[in-house]
Amino acid sequence: MFSSNSLFRMMLIVLAFACNLAKADMTIEIVGGGSTRHAIAVVPFKDESSRLSDPLTLVVKNDLNLSGMFRVLDTSKVSDLPFTPASIHYAQWQGAGAQSVAVGTVSDAGNGQVTVSFSLMDAAQKKQLTGGQFTVSPDQGRQVAHKIADMIYQAITGQQGIFGTRIVYVLKQGAASYQLQVADMDGGRSQTILRSKEPIMSPAWSPDGRYLAYVSFETHKPVVWVQDLATGRRRAAANFKGSNSGPAWSPDGKQLAVVLTLSGNSEIYLVDAAGGGAARRLTYSDAIDTEPSWSADGAKIVFVSDRAGGPQIYSMAATGGDATRLTWQGSYNVSPRLSPDGNTLAFIQRQAGAFRVMMQDRANGDVRVLSSDPYNERPSFAPNGQMVLYASVQGGQSVLYAATLDGGNKARLAVLNGEVQDPAWGPFTH
Amino acid sequence: MNWKQLLIGTAAASLLAACSSTKPPEAAAPAASQPAATSVAPVSSGEQNQTALDPLHDPNSPLAQRSVYFDFDSSVVKDEYKSLVGAHADFLKSSNGNSHKITIQGNTDARGSREYNLALGQRRAESVKKSMEVLGVPDKQLEAVSFGKEKPKATGTSDADYAQNRRADIVYDGQ
Repeated sequence: MFSSNSLFRMMLIVLAFACNLAKADMTIEIVGGGSTRHAIAVVPFKDESSRLSDPLTLVVKNDLNLSGMFRVLDTSKVSDLPFTPASIHYAQWQGAGAQSVAVGTVSDAGNGQVTVSFSLMDAAQKKQLTGGQFTVSPDQGRQVAHKIADMIYQAITGQQGIFGTRIVYVLKQGAASYQLQVADMDGGRSQTILRSKEPIMSPAWSPDGRYLAYVSFETHKPVVWVQDLATGRRRAAANFKGSNSGPAWSPDGKQLAVVLTLSGNSEIYLVDAAGGGAARRLTYSDAIDTEPSWSADGAKIVFVSDRAGGPQIYSMAATGGDATRLTWQGSYNVSPRLSPDGNTLAFIQRQAGAFRVMMQDRANGDVRVLSSDPYNERPSFAPNGQMVLYASVQGGQSVLYAATLDGGNKARLAVLNGEVQDPAWGPFTH
Repeated sequence: MNWKQLLIGTAAASLLAACSSTKPPEAAAPAASQPAATSVAPVSSGEQNQTALDPLHDPNSPLAQRSVYFDFDSSVVKDEYKSLVGAHADFLKSSNGNSHKITIQGNTDARGSREYNLALGQRRAESVKKSMEVLGVPDKQLEAVSFGKEKPKATGTSDADYAQNRRADIVYDGQ
């Protein structure tokens, strides 16, 4: 599977997978907010700071905040905080406006392990809404926090939470330092999985979250690579004459849509994700066809083409054939992504020199602005379809945003010391 | 016979020079800083011979010009670059040059989608490649690739900076 050549490349490029570089180089900052949020009190868990190396309830609160579905109450001024359901004074919490109260403890489980127990109680009904116990090592506080936030989110909204999912992005530091980084969706626990002096772009998650496809210029031309996140092993998935780019996994994980230039023009092809086999061409226009992205059911591919002049977004069957134009407003529409339910198209539109995240309702074609920052890049949907991740430049600083679909809540995942490029939200992994 | 050996020796020397250099392609004029290459020193009038036989390393050769610049939003090779493209095409078809391969690397100035810019840079590289094919250079000696907006020569935001980045570079033998 791995040629000596690719092994050599592995030596040239330092692969630093499984290496925690920076534990918290992003911070969450909420911009805006709605009024119909569920009011929740998350009480600091008993002994969390002495038994865990990372914050626990702080991470739970950040998660709930950034979802835009919760109003997290301040508990810092409350004396005599409860740690178990039995010690909750419900009238007091209801008086403070809480609809639910989360309490918990961290206890010694022996063998260097700790047990985190938590309950989410309905403040009016005085009944448990959800709860659980996790026995982990003391450095796994963040994972447990994301799991608890997912359980709370599911109990209150009825939808699957995305706090345990991961994101990928390229971090550029200076002219010749590129890192492909994977992090928790809140930006925590970032890991560098590939380092290169040459550009890296267009990372794409496999549907099972085990692999990343991306474009690397390490051989002085764009080549599509696939890397196993667990082992760090990688191989060239598309390395044809000319340029190779734009990888997008089919929802069954078996194929990659890629952009190749074998015909002397950028066209969309399919290659086997497992490697080998010929490239099967899907588009035949004389124009640029690029940035393929699949619908969740695998039936369609949306892409960018300038067959009508400027770049516009089109849709075609995943087997190729006639394309339907989806965007009619604006002269420059790129980077399309369909929501998991297929009802919304997110993309980037150039407006008087600004590049904005736009949302198109697929049922009636209505388009609205999600982000009015001057320079935004590459939106992608959370796997539950409730949020959109994109890169932005603000005041010369490069940042990631996770925004609710209506734009009413934007969580800024600020990255320090570098330019954050080409983010992509990963899938559910359980 | 001697002529052939000299050519091979010179080619090897130029390969070595290429290996030791990590500079970008436009800086590829090592002959200027190595006027008396030791490998050819025993041959009388070696310096002249090297220049004559290795135009790739002659800063005065038309082949020293390796960048084609484009107008805004255009991939058309302008008339002022026809002679540059023609000189490289002639060399690649010649007995001296027909063992060489070139990569044409397209670049863009624009902001916006990385992938779309990659395709635009590709269009510029393909435009230079097609010009050479029209002049009779075999396809197997040519590869058009793109860096899109990822490797700007000028990082500023002035019109002059942008003009520097609307460019295709000719790179010999993977250097």
